Amino acid sequence: MANRALGAPQVPGPQPVAKPELAAEAKAAAAPLIKAGSTRVADEIFRYAMLCCGLCVLGIVGIIVYELMTKSSLSWHAFGWKFFFRSEWDPVNEQFGALPFVYGTIVSSILALIIAVPLAVGVAIFITEMSPPWLRGPLAFTTELLAAIPSVIYGLWAIFVLVPLLRLYVEPFLGRYFGWTGLFDGPPFGIGMLAAGIILAIMVVPIISSITREVMTAVPRPQREAVLALGATRWEMIRTGVLRNARAGILGGIILGLGRALGETMAVTMVIGNRPEISKSLLAPGYTMASVIANEFSEATGDVYLSALVEVGLALFLVTIIVNIFAQLLVWSVTRGTPARGNA
Amino acid sequence: MPDTPQSTPSSSATGAPVIAGPVSWYRRGTNHLVTMLAVLAVILVLLPLGAIFAYLVYMGIGSINWAFLTQIPKPVGEAGGGMANAIAGTCLILGIASAMGVPIGIGAGIYLAEYGRNRFGNLIRFTSDVLNGVPSIVVGIVAYAIVVLTQGHFSALAGGVALAIMMVPTIARTTEEMLLLVPNMVREAAYGLGVSRWRTTLSITLRTATSGVITGVMLAFARVAGETAPLLFTAFGNQYWNWKLNQPTAALSLQIYTYAISPFDEWHRQAWAGSLILIILIVLSVTAVRVATSRGVMKGA
Repeated sequence: MANRALGAPQVPGPQPVAKPELAAEAKAAAAPLIKAGSTRVADEIFRYAMLCCGLCVLGIVGIIVYELMTKSSLSWHAFGWKFFFRSEWDPVNEQFGALPFVYGTIVSSILALIIAVPLAVGVAIFITEMSPPWLRGPLAFTTELLAAIPSVIYGLWAIFVLVPLLRLYVEPFLGRYFGWTGLFDGPPFGIGMLAAGIILAIMVVPIISSITREVMTAVPRPQREAVLALGATRWEMIRTGVLRNARAGILGGIILGLGRALGETMAVTMVIGNRPEISKSLLAPGYTMASVIANEFSEATGDVYLSALVEVGLALFLVTIIVNIFAQLLVWSVTRGTPARGNA
Repeated sequence: MPDTPQSTPSSSATGAPVIAGPVSWYRRGTNHLVTMLAVLAVILVLLPLGAIFAYLVYMGIGSINWAFLTQIPKPVGEAGGGMANAIAGTCLILGIASAMGVPIGIGAGIYLAEYGRNRFGNLIRFTSDVLNGVPSIVVGIVAYAIVVLTQGHFSALAGGVALAIMMVPTIARTTEEMLLLVPNMVREAAYGLGVSRWRTTLSITLRTATSGVITGVMLAFARVAGETAPLLFTAFGNQYWNWKLNQPTAALSLQIYTYAISPFDEWHRQAWAGSLILIILIVLSVTAVRVATSRGVMKGA
């Protein structure tokens, strides 16, 4: 419901229907129906047809859960919980453990958030609080545009532009000056966890910033005016008047971004290096849950192998669902009940 | 940070007019610093966007020619060839996906808006938000399980099913939002004229909300048009022409992926060209529908 209110101004709202031709048409259409007396039956049929469409949504999710569970049962029975704590991935001997993938997924996503959150919140603050009004629309549109680029194109760009850049300039620099932390050890391949984190960051910025913008605009205007009237500078107003009130929603946006980062497949697969190893260095190649499925699913031989991959998918599904629900609740806690963007 | 709320009331309690007093250099400095950081963030976000588009155009434009648009891929080592089959395949898969996803999505949206103001409606609403968050690769696994395994081979149909699943939640939720924007008086006016409920919904409410609903459909369309992950093991890809629904089919995004991770310069070039075409296709189809709906036969109320 809050969604509806907030989504309202972005779309060309339907005009109130006062067009004479419509009314005339409706009358013409109505006359025979009333006579036929079939209205009630037709209404019921229509209602059930629409209900079926609604049930389809339930059905799809049901099928997803069912298929993932039945197709992964083989691996589940073979390895149990240990599946997620073993780092062996040996299709030849049918020994499977998903730890390197879980590790890669978590590390690349967290890295992405570390890079993306300050940027996204900065952009949201600029757009809602600082930018001149004429720049607001175009800026918002442009950042949203980032979300419309297909992930395979991000991957392509990353392979040919980002990775060489990292290999030649950024990673040697990080290795020389921050190598002592152990996070930037090893040869600069370009391809690896760092590249995956950066490309993921670029991909989640629009999500986080649009949600942040949404919850920031949901903070009532008098709140800002009150803080300003107390003599606060603009930043103090933003910090105490806006960010503090919107923090739960911003956290929700960040977690929503995390959900996207966890499930992102193509761009990551193309730059992370695809090696099932756990390495402390961010310059080293890694592997994520989504990319192991993408790479190995269609050539998986043997039932246990396939089932292990489906189990990775099931885990990914459950984690993203939980993360998304949590995020949704946080966003609602801020935006629910606010007037429909009275202060935009 | 936490001391601000306490300090402000106390300073006003002492009677010192906060507004009149000069703002300390520290506070002003912080304010300017934050403004600069925010501007920096905007620049850092716009930079990759600009870079991606610049590279797409710069690398892609030189490789797009007639052959690229009309020929199928040549074997490795031979120059030339194109992605015609992949472009056609993408259109085919998207057609299948839209044919399944759009009616179901709109129907679900109608149900939610017109009949779903209850606990069961909330369940569907919640489920559709859940479905929206499912990673695309997982949708691919499911389409593989329900279509490819039963058919026995990869197919365009399986790819279409995967993309349709991804379209439904977006369309359902936007349709619902748009229908709820239609004032209730409009419905009541129709009922008052003796129009039955289903007829009101279809030719009055839905029609009033047409432009919004179409925006939602295009949003979903644009979102799935570039999807690669769910096609990897459903449509699978194909080096030749294919128009059969039950055969493996090439798709632009799959072709870009295969070419991008290949070691051949010629293929890299084609991957850029393919990406440019993909972006152009997405933008074109979205604008075409917008134009058609704003002044064509499909014009809403």
